[in-house]
Amino acid sequence: MDNPIIVTLEKVTKRFPAGKTEFTALNKIELTFRKGEFSGLVGPSGSGKTTLLNIIGSLDCPSEGVATVLGKNISSLSHKESAELRNYGIGFIFQTYNLLPVYSVYDNVEFALLLQKISAPKRRKAVMDALEWVGLADRAKSRPSTLSGGECQRVAIARAMVKRPALVLADEPSANLDSQNSHMIVQTMKRLNRELNTTFIFSTHDEKVMQYLDRIIYLKDGMVERDERKSED
Amino acid sequence: MLELKLAFKNLFGSGLRTWLNVTVLSIAFVIILFYNGMLDGWNMQAQRDTIEWEIGSGQVWHPDYDPYDPYTFADSHSKIPSTISSLIERGDAAAILLTQATAYPGGRMINTLIKGVDPNQKVLKIPSALLIEDNSDPEYIPAVIGSRFAKSAHLKEGDRVLVRWRDANGTFDAREITIVSVFRTNVPTVDLNQIFIPLEKLREMTSMFDEATLIVLSDMAGVPVQQDGWSYKNQDYLLKDLKDIMAAKKGGSFVISGLLLAIALLAIFDTQVLSIFRRQKEIGTYIALGMTRKKVVGIFTIEGTTHSILAILLGMAWGVPFLMLLQKTGIPMPSNADQAGIAIADKITPYYGAGMILTSVILVVLSSLVVSYIPTRKISGMKPTDALRGKIV
Repeated sequence: MDNPIIVTLEKVTKRFPAGKTEFTALNKIELTFRKGEFSGLVGPSGSGKTTLLNIIGSLDCPSEGVATVLGKNISSLSHKESAELRNYGIGFIFQTYNLLPVYSVYDNVEFALLLQKISAPKRRKAVMDALEWVGLADRAKSRPSTLSGGECQRVAIARAMVKRPALVLADEPSANLDSQNSHMIVQTMKRLNRELNTTFIFSTHDEKVMQYLDRIIYLKDGMVERDERKSED
Repeated sequence: MLELKLAFKNLFGSGLRTWLNVTVLSIAFVIILFYNGMLDGWNMQAQRDTIEWEIGSGQVWHPDYDPYDPYTFADSHSKIPSTISSLIERGDAAAILLTQATAYPGGRMINTLIKGVDPNQKVLKIPSALLIEDNSDPEYIPAVIGSRFAKSAHLKEGDRVLVRWRDANGTFDAREITIVSVFRTNVPTVDLNQIFIPLEKLREMTSMFDEATLIVLSDMAGVPVQQDGWSYKNQDYLLKDLKDIMAAKKGGSFVISGLLLAIALLAIFDTQVLSIFRRQKEIGTYIALGMTRKKVVGIFTIEGTTHSILAILLGMAWGVPFLMLLQKTGIPMPSNADQAGIAIADKITPYYGAGMILTSVILVVLSSLVVSYIPTRKISGMKPTDALRGKIV
């Protein structure tokens, strides 16, 4: 694969305090992700999927080891620098959508661009493009409370994609969706992955999601159990 | 400004809770304006009336005169120094001679203070022009008294009342005076137990020819040259007691304003604490989307502070017509309020000065900024991963 590596994890270990002892959520993880990958972290609850996504997303730091994302060592970033990395380089998609309830669909998608201080006309075009990608341009003025679960997750995808990040992290994006919506949102992300060459890293244990992934990394007890790539057809 | 835009969106999105807080704070704001406006109005009215009725733009006192020590009254009289006499001749000052006396209205005995005042004086508002002597009756002594004294002594216009006094030599003498007018004043100290008669008549009665106890100066008099031990007292000195009382009242108003504000701010504080607890996922999302913690703290602080800005706008919307109506109609005072010894008009006209309004606005905004900020400090210590899961307690 010729695409450059955008995420490198070297012996990444994460421990959490658990009473007087420590719980090891990740244990010496060694992984790399290249630009344009559509990959997933798969494993049972407590296997360390979300913890790993949080570290890649610079929301958390490894206890040991080095996590380099888009050329930045996560552990050495200040609050401001890690906020900047997330703002410009990383999009998040959450299991519970995490849309801001008092904002309209348009405002939710626009939010990421407001932080980047992009001019209003450019913002408007980018937001409407993103809503077109996910098929929700006609719901721009709606409030999240009036949308279905699938529509909310599509808004979340638009919000993650509107700033054209190099990397999108999706934490159990289909967990709250029915089968049809699960297929729909993963297909949407797959299309965006192909069209925009955006790297997607999922955390999932949903079979419906897994069938779309090009690479599946199986985690167990905080360690990489298997790292499988689908053969090119 | 992004934080302000988000704060407004969040506030308007919160609906009823926001408007309840805003309404409570706007009520507190308007009451603070009203209360301080009333005190300022009272203060201005009291000072204006005291100047017009009692102290003029300053006074010159006999060396022995002490208004707080009645024992000094008997001896505090002498010829008026020449430098001050010229002011009186120009009409820029009015001489007053005091003597203690006893009045016997309806067979009762009341201690009084007789003040001799020139009927032609224009320095004070006392209706001295009514003190017209009857040349055909040398025994006739016209007198004007205030309505409070008239009420307490059961005297009215046209009544004659016996008064007894001691002359310059300490000899008792007594004559009947005729009440020619009963005047109304807001200043109790020129009313209670005081009788105003023509200056020359009092001089004659007491054998204190050309003498006076004090001189009241007009605006045009300036600062006179002090002579023969007579001392000049400026307005600040003469208004000190009144200002001290008003300062004490102001202190009380600060306490009441503080309590009102505290009640209103408590609601904002409570909302902030609840917001941060309930909106942890939102905080985590802001951070995940690329906001710094500092900016998130800014959003929540501005959001809380915006309550006060909305409250001021709402307060202006309903408070301005209300306060202006009160300014137009005045606030009636209880009928016995003037017995307190402070100058109080029947109706107080509130005065809303720009300084007072600005101070109140700054006070409301700054205090809401502080109570909004305190709970948001918790955000600084939040781990975004915990916030996203809503795990923080």
